[in-house]
Amino acid sequence: MRIVGYLLTGIFFGIVMFKSEAASWFRIYEMFRFDSFHMYGIMGSALVLGVIGFQLVKKKNLKDFNGKEIHIAPKPKEYKANIFGGIVFGLGWALAGACPGPIYTLIGAGYISVIIVFLAAMLGTFVYGILRDKLPH
Amino acid sequence: MEMILQTWPWYISGPLIALIMFLLIFMGKKFGMSSNLKTLCTMCGADRKASYFKFNWREQKWNLIVILGAAIGGFIAINFLTADPAVTINPETVSTLNELGFESSGKAYLPDEIYSLEALTNWKALSILIIGGFLIGFGARWAGGCTSGHAIFGLSNLQLPSLLAVTGFFIGGLIMIHLLFPLIF
Repeated sequence: MRIVGYLLTGIFFGIVMFKSEAASWFRIYEMFRFDSFHMYGIMGSALVLGVIGFQLVKKKNLKDFNGKEIHIAPKPKEYKANIFGGIVFGLGWALAGACPGPIYTLIGAGYISVIIVFLAAMLGTFVYGILRDKLPH
Repeated sequence: MEMILQTWPWYISGPLIALIMFLLIFMGKKFGMSSNLKTLCTMCGADRKASYFKFNWREQKWNLIVILGAAIGGFIAINFLTADPAVTINPETVSTLNELGFESSGKAYLPDEIYSLEALTNWKALSILIIGGFLIGFGARWAGGCTSGHAIFGLSNLQLPSLLAVTGFFIGGLIMIHLLFPLIF
């Protein structure tokens, strides 16, 4: 039953990524040229509702579907990694025009070449794992 | 129905993304896609090479099901919910891209110059896919998350690490588009 929930949520996510065109290389390019509000509107409105939602969860002490306390683990404070890793991610995001969610959506939509981006992203993850101790965090 | 077949505007798409995030939160999980890359590496045996990959990947199975869904969603969207996959971007952006050699801008969902099957035989296009993908994986895991985990989920929780990461995303993206693209294309 839970698996169906994750699967349906994922399908919903994939449809939204494709239909909003957040999965399009052209939209990413247009965003970084500040030529359209579209991508900023998507992220901005998701963010505003997200902030409000999490404040409500905290204030009202809401429980999840299983009746458990909702606990949001804080992100690790690895400031150097956040900045340097962020810059590296941004370079790749703008070049390949895909982020780690839409990659799967595009493959599902039949863009075969995106499989190469996906495999290269796995290789990048693997090399990061190997070099992790030598990188600033 | 006609509206569904068109581009979904930001004021529909953004709130739906927030809804998806809260669905996952209320299922007792979190919103973040790039950790799947780490999970998949571990499943392929990367835990024998680096301690970073030593964790119980079975606890992350739920997120692999989410990305399986994301792929199915892409299939459904392009086959049943889209009249014309061409992305209508700003005409000025189209002419800038035409000057860079992207003839497909305004006419396709992804640029044929990089993503068509014919482009795979072009060393430059192939290198762009490989280098771009590598930077995405390396950078997202170094930063501790990507657009979903940091820009939406982390910032929604007012996390300073996420603010720094998102600042980094934009520094990197702007460098690529404004400084490196004129050299590459």
